[in-house]
Amino acid sequence: MNQQGLRFEKLKIASFDFTCCEGCQLQLANRESSLADFLRLLDIRNFREISSERHEDYDIALVEGSISRSDEVERLLAIRRQATVLVAFGTCACFGGVNSLKNRVSGEAAVSEVYGDMEVETLPVRRISEVVKVDLSIPGCPVAKEEVERIIISLVTGSLVTLPKYPVCVECKAALNTCLFELGEICLGPITRAGCHAVCTTGKTPCLGCRGPAEEINMEAFLHLVGERGLSRSDLQEKLAFYNAFDAFTP
Amino acid sequence: MKRDYTIAIHHLTRVEGHANITITVREGQLIEARWAVVETPRFFEVMLKGMSAERVPFLTSRICGICSISHALASIRALERAMHIMPPAVAEKTRLLAMHGETLQSHALHLFFLAVPDFAGTASILPLMESHPDIVRAGLQLKELGNEISTVTTGRCTHPVSLVVGGLSKAPDKAKLTALQKMIRERKPLLETACAFFRTLAIPEFSRETEFISLSNSTSYPSIGGDLVSSDGIKRDENEYLLMTNEYTKDFSTSKFTRLSRETSAAGALARFNNSSAFLHPEALKAAESFGLRPVCHNPFMNNIAQLVECVHILEDAEMLIDSLLDSELSAIKTPWKAQAGSATGAVEAPRGILYHHMETDSEGRVVKADCIIPTTQNNANIDLDLKAIAEWALEKGKNDREIEKLCEMVVRSYDPCISCSVH
Repeated sequence: MNQQGLRFEKLKIASFDFTCCEGCQLQLANRESSLADFLRLLDIRNFREISSERHEDYDIALVEGSISRSDEVERLLAIRRQATVLVAFGTCACFGGVNSLKNRVSGEAAVSEVYGDMEVETLPVRRISEVVKVDLSIPGCPVAKEEVERIIISLVTGSLVTLPKYPVCVECKAALNTCLFELGEICLGPITRAGCHAVCTTGKTPCLGCRGPAEEINMEAFLHLVGERGLSRSDLQEKLAFYNAFDAFTP
Repeated sequence: MKRDYTIAIHHLTRVEGHANITITVREGQLIEARWAVVETPRFFEVMLKGMSAERVPFLTSRICGICSISHALASIRALERAMHIMPPAVAEKTRLLAMHGETLQSHALHLFFLAVPDFAGTASILPLMESHPDIVRAGLQLKELGNEISTVTTGRCTHPVSLVVGGLSKAPDKAKLTALQKMIRERKPLLETACAFFRTLAIPEFSRETEFISLSNSTSYPSIGGDLVSSDGIKRDENEYLLMTNEYTKDFSTSKFTRLSRETSAAGALARFNNSSAFLHPEALKAAESFGLRPVCHNPFMNNIAQLVECVHILEDAEMLIDSLLDSELSAIKTPWKAQAGSATGAVEAPRGILYHHMETDSEGRVVKADCIIPTTQNNANIDLDLKAIAEWALEKGKNDREIEKLCEMVVRSYDPCISCSVH
């Protein structure tokens, strides 16, 4: 395509889903007002959810979901071999996501709870980067389409891809919301990477950290804040564990 | 014509999730037809154990990216009934409006992105952007409207933010509701465009008698809660969902199967239409009539049309709900509640049919046991039998392997299966 005298090639892109709800993939079909322009940037080579055409010559692979079965490992390795840029697309791909809550029990216990005596394969849930090299991560449960568009445009134009380094608190303050700590809630906004426009806290519901830790977080001060206000320890633990995004920081 | 062949569709496209179709024909006779869901299970019932009631809707909504509002509301309803919490009327109206938004975006996604390419003979909606721009635009604008309704009512279109136990965490903004009302009025004519287009499509004249199951109440078209009814005359209380579903496993499928009076049954838009068409808005009934859709219709392809008819109903009903919300004081949005031990079922009509969440809580409001039975699970057995029936029907009509493959894909898609949801 032509823009201001510069020529850009369409991106040969493919979308794949693993253990997940496919909500991030569906975001690609959202923001309908800009969808036609967005699709003009892309040469969709493989996207089972919306097209019956399948080609194996893609450069960028958007990989959604976490990994919890051996056939998924095989499929992911094949995608890695083909893709120049492999994107961990969404919280499940980046961190394991809510699926990781299953790891609190053994695979056998999980299977017998849901399927009784039937044999069903399940492995402990892993994030994409535990299986293959990830070139780029776009977090969010679900991903924010606006951010995806911004990143795709960066890729098309060859400019630097960035995520906000600062926490959700910054965006929440800018939205002039009352701090949820002031309302007696534990909110992970102070330690979570921004970029969601503080959508949950603007809806008066505490941040559960789906975008993972911000660049430089002070976990000690955050834990101190929770303790100082006498807020529930179990509530804190439930929130930190929700998306498995703070495992490296969890006390 | 080939008399011996196997049709093996590995990971059916244009559906949500992973499933395979296998059809085996020998000497021109159908030997086997199978619908196998191979989706990776996530074990939500396991994840829910020990979760606090406050967090539950945020977890259950992650069962599905398309029908996250239905999942949030089914679990909220189960928990509220288990702990005897009565949400305020404003919250109930907002929730109903949110359901409408979700159903509209889901139906538009299915009809225009997933189903129409079959009828148009294309691999996806993308070539239609050039050949049928008006139809693609209508589909996109209807889907956007559905998403906008969800966003105004719940804070976000995928994975709702403000739907919580006891009511809402935040009331919808009146200025946004007014803007939404305008958007609905402006976009309503798009449904006429859509109906006119769908009337030109050749819908296969195939039918197989089955039992239709849906929620039912005596005052309105089903959405949130009510009795469980079937077109074979069964009626049960919401808490008796297990007697309605009789879930069982099949070793080739990670999604379970269900049955009631017969070998199989169906849930979804056609089931709702067949059991409750009397409660549809007159404009929706007029649309149904224009397609010759009358209860009880046993043609699974007409589920697409029933979805379109529901879109007409939804926009009419959404307008009334918004008027009512604009006339209300939006301050009382949440009932304070105390955790208690209990158990109950919450059933809602998700876009693809009846969705059950059953929750048992302890005295701290934590989930002790959870059970989720998803519409596509209830349709699996019906899809499986439809595949056999349509393959035989097509063979009798002298269709070749390519035509049979296409018909089989189409009949599965007509159910709008939500496979990740069914393997939750």
